[in-house]
Amino acid sequence: SCDFAPSGSFSPFRRLPLPAKRKYMRSPLSPEMATQEVPLNETLAHLKTESETLKLKLEEERAKLHDVELHQVAEKVEGLGQFVMKTRRTLKGHGNKVLCMDWCKDKRRIVSSSQDGKVIVWDAFTTNKEHAVTMPCTWVMACAYAPSGCAVACGGLDNKCSVYPLSLDKNENLAAKKKSVAMHTNYLSACSFTNSDMQILTSSGDGTCALWDVESGQLLQSFHGHAADVLCLDLAPSETGNTFVSGGCDKKANVWDMRSGQCIQSFETHESDINSVRYYPSGDAFASGSDDATCRLYDLRADREVAIYSKESIIFGVSSVDFSLSGRLLFGGYNDYTINVWDVLKGTRVSILFGHENRVSTLRVSPDGTAFCTGSWDHTLRVWILMC
Amino acid sequence: MSNNNASSSLASAKRAVRQLRLEASVRRIKVSQAAADLRQYCLQNASKDPLLMGVPSSDNPFRPPKSCSLF
Repeated sequence: SCDFAPSGSFSPFRRLPLPAKRKYMRSPLSPEMATQEVPLNETLAHLKTESETLKLKLEEERAKLHDVELHQVAEKVEGLGQFVMKTRRTLKGHGNKVLCMDWCKDKRRIVSSSQDGKVIVWDAFTTNKEHAVTMPCTWVMACAYAPSGCAVACGGLDNKCSVYPLSLDKNENLAAKKKSVAMHTNYLSACSFTNSDMQILTSSGDGTCALWDVESGQLLQSFHGHAADVLCLDLAPSETGNTFVSGGCDKKANVWDMRSGQCIQSFETHESDINSVRYYPSGDAFASGSDDATCRLYDLRADREVAIYSKESIIFGVSSVDFSLSGRLLFGGYNDYTINVWDVLKGTRVSILFGHENRVSTLRVSPDGTAFCTGSWDHTLRVWILMC
Repeated sequence: MSNNNASSSLASAKRAVRQLRLEASVRRIKVSQAAADLRQYCLQNASKDPLLMGVPSSDNPFRPPKSCSLF
């Protein structure tokens, strides 16, 4: 396979065209939608015209409020100096490409998953492996740590999300206690526990996201609106309410109301697949990373893109993004093996980090912001800190 | 058959219009206001950001490099 493809997906399973009759994609009518004040004109032609008119109106309304650029507002802000960040830990043990990782709330444990089906729990301080389980499928594209630290969730080409309770007994067979929670009709691309161990949010190549009850495996809410594979999701910080953002192969980033299943805002400015989305720490904005080699910042209250982080010299896709604690720095893991660190306010790059020997596929800042971890197709994970 | 196709096109066109009406009705603020708030949040939290400002070695669990141990 070609490691240098500047665009396009790594998995032969991505961007499958969805069947014309998507029976499983029922769009639930909310009460508000049923009682529209202005009745819909029933003919297709009129609906299409109204659709075009509304799209134009949306653009106009957003443009009216576009009175300044973010970097202009940040002109007087002191620039960031030299940044030296180094790898402090290298986690070796996966036998193939690392696809996903997540931090435990204890700020020291990490779960990671790889192409060969292995899911490993590490103590990042000591680099010891604490648990390992082999999934029955390859390409485990998603993994997440439960808030309690007592379980991990993962899935991929099996189209499911399964939860493994972590036992204190290292000899215990983790696979025996596995619980299947989510069932999609295509690969699982991302998963995240909500505020508790009781619910999991998933995104899938089947074009949907879904919220599940872990105990019963029941589908609590489904989210329809993407026109192609959904590749990533992120939950809003708990203080800002019950929403989450998803990104997909349709180049859209959608913000969803978890209770109603409604898509409340949608952004389409990227020129290719959106591989990663992450909320700004205040919850008022989110960043995205795409195969179009850019990261972008969208402000939810202004309802528009407010910054693009790009350089002519950066031509490879961004696989994953995350913010530092204050939101001032945006870290992007790229398919050209590097990590670019951006000044979120000024829009400039403050550092480029080398170390991985293949694509960076996943990147997360630790819960207390002291470090960030990257996973790569070079089979390793690295933990980085600021040297000062 | 053609009836099915026509009604499902109609249904999805209706959904699209409803969705666009919803999105068009979102209350928005000016970018200058939103940007000012983002800047404010960054500046207020900068001193507590270990990847921005750094923390003393003693407070950073990853600071000491992992050294080889033989036991």
